[in-house]
Amino acid sequence: MSNSPLSAEAAVAGLERLVPGGVDPDTDASQSGGALRLIGRTFVQNKLAIAGAAVIVLVTLFCFVGPLLYHTDQLNPNLIAANSAPGSNFPLGADNSGFNILGRLMVGGQSSIEVGFAVAAIATIVGILYGAISGYFGKVVDVVMMRVVDVGFSIPVVFLFIFVSRVFQPSLSLLIWLLGLVSWLVPARLVRGETLALKVREYVQAVRTMGGGSVRIIFRHLIPNTIGTIVVTATFQVANAVLVLATIQYLGFGLPPTEPTWGSMLSNGITYLEDGYWWQVYPALTMIVIVVVAFNFIGDALQDAFEVRLQQR
Amino acid sequence: MTGFLLRRIGQAVVVVLGVTLVTFMLLHALPGSLARSIIGPRATPQQIASFNKQYGLNRSVWYQYWSYLWALAHGNLGFSFHLSRPVTSLLSSELPRDLVLGGVSLVLSLVIAIPVGVIQAVRRNRLGDYVGTGVSFVLYSMPTYALGIILIQLLAITFHVFPAEAPQTASTLGLLAHPSGLVLPVMTLTLVTYAQFSRYMRSSAIETLAQDYIRTARATGLPERLVLLRHLLRNSLISVVTLVGVSVPVIVTGTLIVEQVFNLPGAGLEYFYAAQSNDYPVMLGITVVVGVVTVLGNLLADIGYALLDPRIRY
Repeated sequence: MSNSPLSAEAAVAGLERLVPGGVDPDTDASQSGGALRLIGRTFVQNKLAIAGAAVIVLVTLFCFVGPLLYHTDQLNPNLIAANSAPGSNFPLGADNSGFNILGRLMVGGQSSIEVGFAVAAIATIVGILYGAISGYFGKVVDVVMMRVVDVGFSIPVVFLFIFVSRVFQPSLSLLIWLLGLVSWLVPARLVRGETLALKVREYVQAVRTMGGGSVRIIFRHLIPNTIGTIVVTATFQVANAVLVLATIQYLGFGLPPTEPTWGSMLSNGITYLEDGYWWQVYPALTMIVIVVVAFNFIGDALQDAFEVRLQQR
Repeated sequence: MTGFLLRRIGQAVVVVLGVTLVTFMLLHALPGSLARSIIGPRATPQQIASFNKQYGLNRSVWYQYWSYLWALAHGNLGFSFHLSRPVTSLLSSELPRDLVLGGVSLVLSLVIAIPVGVIQAVRRNRLGDYVGTGVSFVLYSMPTYALGIILIQLLAITFHVFPAEAPQTASTLGLLAHPSGLVLPVMTLTLVTYAQFSRYMRSSAIETLAQDYIRTARATGLPERLVLLRHLLRNSLISVVTLVGVSVPVIVTGTLIVEQVFNLPGAGLEYFYAAQSNDYPVMLGITVVVGVVTVLGNLLADIGYALLDPRIRY
């Protein structure tokens, strides 16, 4: 069980260095100064990550280019075709309003993906700024700012959404802002933690000695050095937003039928599952699951890649 | 240690206060008044004024918040006008059911996730590990309600193994008297929680496996089985404390959804009904209780961690 692959690898690597012309991948990367290349290569070596990235590209093409090639009417209900089983006219069947499910997957995917990316962008930007400021200034500022984050973590998101859905007219942009409002907490906590560790480094002290102000230190030195954490958490944020969107749409945060998402297709179809209309449930569910899994694969691989960079530095 | 405890408990109190403040202010930002939703759309201004006076709603927001806090400190969560009963009495009959559902699922998912995570870590990057990772990824990526509905479709409708609906009884004991109705709700919540736990256990066990003391234990010639049991498993158990602490929100949210899917009476379902009838005291009460439980979970996890792991000193 307790074999020692490490020493074997080291021996092989040592041999390669001795052989003239033999390229040692590790030294090559550090010589060309390519931290990014190293990250890129570790990422590419991860088969799951490549599969995840390929899935994201394919799904994005499917949703945004698909409707140009496969024209369906997603605005006017077609009650004659309601609940049609998969067949020649409807490859994936039709829903209870007669909308072509294959076409609706494309249109609904556009909103779902847009929400995912928009929420991740909002959450990451707010989280970076909040976390960096809290960590950099420390002391009372940090204590107060982090208690605010704790409060945010302690208010159940889904409860909040049900509450808000009773008050506001739901729209896609409202959903994006609300999801962003509750999603910045994780990046804020992570960036704050890294900032605490980074701000005592020599180069930060050097900047300060040379008269660099807080704004310069935060934006030019602290935030760029947390890029690994930021990229990883942003990836998970996209996955999370797609998932939470689907959940809150089931819990009553319904959008008008003119704005379909995978979540609304799923929660709508689930009403009819008992009637045996499985095709109204599984296509949307499959899309949600593969997109969330793909983003998680990418996030995991990026995490590994950035850790490799840290180890080899 | 005492300093750490005091500081940590102080933090928890501040956070609980923050939760009450945010939820209270949210309620006040609502359009429309409580008076109108209770007395009805035809209420005269005089009636509304007298209602507001009776319940102190004509005072300043801060005064109302203060009296709410005062009542909260005395165990009074407010009064539900729709149900004509105090929120505390509602919760004391509903929460035990949530504890049963959440507690059983939590224990089950731990019992499955700990050994599976450890085995995956020991045999990582082999077929079994890939299958395990795949399963937890798919479970993790599936909305809870969809998982519940699929289980209903499969185990209740296609194969009549378990009932599709939870037992409809008023008491917690009545719920326990019909265990077959609880199988699907508990299974759903367990699978969702397991998906979160197993990934954490796997990476935590991999980290432990790389530690020097594991290598030392192996070097002393200790059989692999004992290395895993005595050193890996016992050390991994410490991280379970953290897991349980941080999983409170996951379980609470899961409970809410599972109750909705399986029509299982509990605080989550009450929250739904309250939302539909704009019964704000109930919504506020449940949110505050959930917030307090979350803060307590994190507090106990931090303290438990410090107590269990002698390497952690504050």
